[in-house]
Amino acid sequence: MSHARKTPLNKQHIELGARMVEFHGWLMPVQYTSIIDECKIVRESAGLFDISHMGEAEVKGAHAFELMQFITSNDLSELDEGGVQYTLMLNDEGCILDDLLIYKISDNRFFLCLNSANTESDVNWIADQALQYPDVEVRNISRQYGMLSIQGPNSEPLLKPLTRSRLSELDYYHFVTTALGGHMVILSRTGYTGEDGFEIYCDWRETESVWSQLLGKGKSFGLKPIGLGARDALRLEMGYSLYGQDVDSTITPNEARLGWVVKMDKQGGFIGRDALVKQKAEGTKRRLVGFEMTGRGIPRSGYAIYKQGNKIGEVTSGTMSPTIGRAIGMGYADWGNRTEGTRIDIDIRGKMVEAVIRKLPFVRSNVKKSRSLDRASAG
Amino acid sequence: MEFPDNLVYSKEHEWVLAEEGVATIGITDFAQGELGDIVFVELPEVGADLGRNATFGVAESVKTVSDLYCPVEGEVVEINSSLEDSPEQVNSNPYDKGWMIKVKMADPSQLDDMMSAEDYAKYIKESK
Repeated sequence: MSHARKTPLNKQHIELGARMVEFHGWLMPVQYTSIIDECKIVRESAGLFDISHMGEAEVKGAHAFELMQFITSNDLSELDEGGVQYTLMLNDEGCILDDLLIYKISDNRFFLCLNSANTESDVNWIADQALQYPDVEVRNISRQYGMLSIQGPNSEPLLKPLTRSRLSELDYYHFVTTALGGHMVILSRTGYTGEDGFEIYCDWRETESVWSQLLGKGKSFGLKPIGLGARDALRLEMGYSLYGQDVDSTITPNEARLGWVVKMDKQGGFIGRDALVKQKAEGTKRRLVGFEMTGRGIPRSGYAIYKQGNKIGEVTSGTMSPTIGRAIGMGYADWGNRTEGTRIDIDIRGKMVEAVIRKLPFVRSNVKKSRSLDRASAG
Repeated sequence: MEFPDNLVYSKEHEWVLAEEGVATIGITDFAQGELGDIVFVELPEVGADLGRNATFGVAESVKTVSDLYCPVEGEVVEINSSLEDSPEQVNSNPYDKGWMIKVKMADPSQLDDMMSAEDYAKYIKESK
C-alpha cells in the first residue's frame, strides 16, 4: 500500500468514506457507499469519477500527424481540430499495445489519453517510432493533469452554470479548452459508461477545486462521487473492453471486436497492418463475445466457456449487472459462436451453468447523438 | 458495527448461534460490510456433511467471490433458501434474515475455540 501513488483527491476520498484499493500502482476509491447504488446514480442522474490515474501525453511538431497516423489503426485524417478519436496502437504482430483517445489540437499537435498501466511503455514506444520523423516531440505529461469524469443524464445541465462554453453544441467525441469553475480545463464529451457525459482534464493542483465545485453545484442534480467498482460494472454493461483484462498485447482488433477502429485502406499504412492482413487471410480463430447467465451463478475472469461439452473459450470479465439485474460476461470464444441465443455453459467452480450468447451492449447507450450524424441521416 | 453477545465468532468472520446442538451460521456485520453489495450466495444441500473449517459455499459481491467457512463439524439440516432470490438480506440483516445454514454439530465443544463478541470486536480492531 505504502508505495501506491495517490491522486490529488486522496484526502477527499477518505473523508467521503471511500474504500480505497490499489489499482495498477495507484490508490483508488473502489466504492463510496455501494456499487449497485452508484451504478444507478450514473444511469439516472449523474456521477463524478476521479480518474486522475489515467495517463496523458503530448505529441507535437511538423510531422506529428504522420507519426500518429502511422502508429495508430484508425484514420487520423478523418479527425478535425476539436475532435477526439478512439483508436489503437498495435505492435508488428497486429496485437493491441493500448487503446487510447487522440485529441486533435492542430495538425501538428495532439493530446493523448492513455491507460495508466501502459502510459510509460506507450510513451517510450511512441518516442522510439518518432525517431523516424524529424521535428516531433513526445512528452509524458501525466503528472501535470488530474482527470475527472462526470457521467449521467444530468451532466450537461449540471456543468452549464460553471462554464461559458456552449455545452449543447459540444458533440459526442469533441472537446473544448475552456474555463470551468475558474480553472482552465480540457472538456470533452466522452466517457466509459454509455451515458451522456464529459471528461475533464485539469491542472493536477487544481483538481481538488474543480472536484469540490462540481460536487457542491451538483448536489441539486443528484451528483454523487462514484468509485472504480461501479465504473467497471457500467463499462461491462456497455460491452466496452478494459485493457489488461479483455484486451492485451496478445490480442488483435478483429478478435476484440475492435475492427471498426482499424482502417486497413488508409494512406501510408500503419504498424501492424501486415499481420492483420495475414490473420484475415488465414482466418481469425477466436472472438470476444458477450453472454448472459440463464442458470444461477456469476461468471468471473478465467472461468472456462463450454459448448456441448467442449471447451470453446474463457471468460475475461463478468459481474452481476446492477442495471439489468442479471449476471453478464464477456470472453473469447472460438470463431463461429457469436450468434445471439447460442447456448453455452460456464464452468463455475466445477459446475456447468447455462448461459446464452447476447448481442452487445447489454444496456442501451444514451450517449449524446452527434449533430453531424443527425444531419447525415436527415440528408 | 454490531456483534450480538449471544453469538460466537470465527476468525474468518462467521458467527454461530448454538441452540440444542444445532449451530445457525452466517457472516458478521463486519464481513458483509467488507464484501459490499452481496448479489449471489451459494449454499450446500441439506444433508451435506461438513468438516470443521470446510468451505460450505460462496458469497459474491458485484466485484468479488468469497468462500464461506463452517467453523464446526456437522450435518447441514437446513439452509436459508430465501437468499437465492434476496441475497441482499445478508447486507441488511446479517444476524437474522441473512443467516445461511443450520448444522447439527458433531462436537459442540468445538464452539469453545470461537471468540466472544468482545474478543471478536478486539480481533477486528487489531487486524485492521
